Amino acid sequence: MSIVTVQLGQCGNQIGFEVFDALYTDSHCPQGLCSKRENEAYQASCKERFFSEEENGVPVARAVLVDMEPKVTNQTLSKAAQSGRWKYGQHSCFCQKQGSGNNWAYGYSVHGPRHEESIMNLIQKEVEKCDSLSGFFIIMSMAGGTGSGLGAFVTQNLQDQYSNSLKMNQIIWPYGTGEVIVQNYNSILTLSHLYRSSDALLVHENDALHKICAKLMNIKQISFSDINQVLAHQLGSVFQPTYSVEGSCHYRRNPLGIDWQVRPPLSGLPTLGKASLNRGLHFNMSIANLVILRGKDVHSADLGGFKDSALYTSWLEPINAFNVWKTQRAFSKYEKSAALVSNSQFLLKPLDTIVGKAWNMFASKAYIHQYTKFGIEEEDFLDSFTLLEQVVASYCNV
Amino acid sequence: MITKGAFLILSLKHVLMQVNFSFEGNGTFLCISYYSQYKAQIQPRYSEYHNHAVLIDMEEGVVNEILQGPLRDVFDSKQLITDISGSGNNWAVGHKVFGSLYQEQILEKLRKSAEHCDCLQCFFIIHSMGGGTGSGLGTFLLKLLEDEFPEVYRFVTSVYPSGEDDVITSPYNSILAMKELNEHADCVLPIDNQSLFDIISKIDLMVNSGKLGTTIKPKSLVTSSAGAVKKRHQKPFDAMNNIVANLLLNLTSSARFEGSLNMDLNEISMNLVPFPQLHYLVSSLTPLYTLADVNIPTRRLDQMFSDAFSKDHQLIRADPKHSLYLACALMVRGNVQVSDLRRNIERLKPSLQFVSWNQEGWKTSLCSVPPVGHSHSLLALANNTCVKPTFMELKERFMRLYKKKAHLHHYLQIEGMEESSFMEAVSSLSGLIEEYNQLDATKSMPVEDFPRLSIAV
Repeated sequence: MSIVTVQLGQCGNQIGFEVFDALYTDSHCPQGLCSKRENEAYQASCKERFFSEEENGVPVARAVLVDMEPKVTNQTLSKAAQSGRWKYGQHSCFCQKQGSGNNWAYGYSVHGPRHEESIMNLIQKEVEKCDSLSGFFIIMSMAGGTGSGLGAFVTQNLQDQYSNSLKMNQIIWPYGTGEVIVQNYNSILTLSHLYRSSDALLVHENDALHKICAKLMNIKQISFSDINQVLAHQLGSVFQPTYSVEGSCHYRRNPLGIDWQVRPPLSGLPTLGKASLNRGLHFNMSIANLVILRGKDVHSADLGGFKDSALYTSWLEPINAFNVWKTQRAFSKYEKSAALVSNSQFLLKPLDTIVGKAWNMFASKAYIHQYTKFGIEEEDFLDSFTLLEQVVASYCNV
Repeated sequence: MITKGAFLILSLKHVLMQVNFSFEGNGTFLCISYYSQYKAQIQPRYSEYHNHAVLIDMEEGVVNEILQGPLRDVFDSKQLITDISGSGNNWAVGHKVFGSLYQEQILEKLRKSAEHCDCLQCFFIIHSMGGGTGSGLGTFLLKLLEDEFPEVYRFVTSVYPSGEDDVITSPYNSILAMKELNEHADCVLPIDNQSLFDIISKIDLMVNSGKLGTTIKPKSLVTSSAGAVKKRHQKPFDAMNNIVANLLLNLTSSARFEGSLNMDLNEISMNLVPFPQLHYLVSSLTPLYTLADVNIPTRRLDQMFSDAFSKDHQLIRADPKHSLYLACALMVRGNVQVSDLRRNIERLKPSLQFVSWNQEGWKTSLCSVPPVGHSHSLLALANNTCVKPTFMELKERFMRLYKKKAHLHHYLQIEGMEESSFMEAVSSLSGLIEEYNQLDATKSMPVEDFPRLSIAV
């Protein structure tokens, strides 16, 4: 069961590196707190999912790196190669020279069609290396031009070409006070397009990750590297192998098959999944929750609090809405660790905020000429706004 | 070697005598530093680096000086276009006469240079507004570039005449050039000599007063230590020009060097130009010098951010803090992380006014490599209504001259020039000023959200 990762843009590539590094480091962690046999099964499963084998034994990440300018991918490739522990495939990288200029329209309408064949070929090559494909993990930011625009385009293509495989997009929610001025436009365009072609959107907010670094980890001068490492750690604890059936020892669960494509009883909306990953317990209404426990005492942990029907919507029983995955094998030297993946109203406020800001800017027509220049018209914006307002309303009524 | 190309087109008149660059390694944009102490070390193997520059002047004095100076190995004669007689401080001569005369030659040189680029991203045009060649031929070039290379961004660094400019016709030249900038430039960075001069005076004061008791690292001066020979009655152009050179260096640093949050040149236009006509950006550079004490505590780092918004650090006479921001970019170099950036934005935000539809109008970039002699630096680019006074003064000076029809005949005798050319130019500038007026009018209005789409669920 293998996952092919597509890393897009500066953000996607910087994060992708940290994720593979975290996965590798954890799987080779000597203190698994479990039997040797268990550890070996865990390692083998992790390896099969995320790495393929090369002649000289160095694991090669099952990843395709895409960027419209060369600096970041060059750095990412060499950082991995220099580590000596794992690396990216020699020919897994697609790169151009000119960048996307933070312009979603440029990433989607110009780079997309222009480089469609090359990029999809690279992905196809990676897919062919897998014995059995679980699905795709696409890492991208929403604020820029490549990750967001080209990422949306690639996801759409994956939907068309591999309609039977699952696609999960890791999207990075930008800081509230700008990294990019047109980030709200880029975000709404990205989200509306991904909603139509992705199976699940795993969201990380830079603001939240920043707070974790500041408050929980007490880092004084926080860098993007710190933030990305926190993110990678969280993703690792979700994606590393877990038992597929309660009590069984087989690591066969499909990490992308987070089965919450729930259809609310009355509305006619398409099935949508949206997840927010963090370690706290939320009192927002949840549609579904997934708890992943690793390490000591997993079988005796009390998860009663998660099964409270007050947490969930009326049309889904806790027994269906709540899932637990477990393994005794500890994650990354933590004796006990837990992760919560949640489909809840958690993201309602950030989403509403972004839509509101984008709407205000759209009403003044600011920056629109930069998008219409490359084929994204006002109508496309309106379609995006409409779709997202529907999402906001749906989550409100949960 | 050079993978992307940026053209450097210099139109030289007495204002920009020698543009000094700083050597910062390989990259898309070649810059050579002239620091007298390091002259021996930079035994240039310039031939390894191909720069994409075209030097244009309608008289030979300045260009010849460059070719005989320390940068003589950087440029070769194939990159030059010169004439003998000069433009006589007449925009019409530069634009109409020399424009048509040299059009083919210029295009040929540009096309040749473009062929050497893997991917041509933008043109940098550096000129003055007050003279004849830079102003006239420079803006003619702008139109040419738009026609010939429509997809390539055109960045213009324009030196505006100050109040006591010694060129009498500078208001005419500037207004005529402004129309072209309005219509054919993607992005303009206005500079004025008075501001550059004030910055230098401030630095001199710091260097000479020894007030702080600590020494300033000579090579860290934004003006370069290569002896800005200050004769009391003469403007230290070398030093002033080096400030502009540093501006361009910092502008391109993120495109040339690695960093955790890169910013390409095309992102500048995308983020800072919300409407096509409003593309004038006020720039400021900090720090102006680095104290010899290398350990920069957080307080000093924060001071760098504060300074970027003070009117003393702006490269034109403008006070962005008391005007309205449409957008702001902070390009940071050196050992600065995202948390430093965020902390300072949070700190400074309350004292700045942003337009209602862009309350969080910040674009940021982090480049790991600092400039020579510094541990960190900041370039701030502001799309701010504080440019308005510069334009209004320009218009006033123009009207004073035009009412008397003074010197007009020099222009009207050039074929293609009529009184209507002047009227159109003024009207273009008035239109621009009016746009800024309308924005300023919204300054004190409360920020209201537009009613959202209502959806039936």
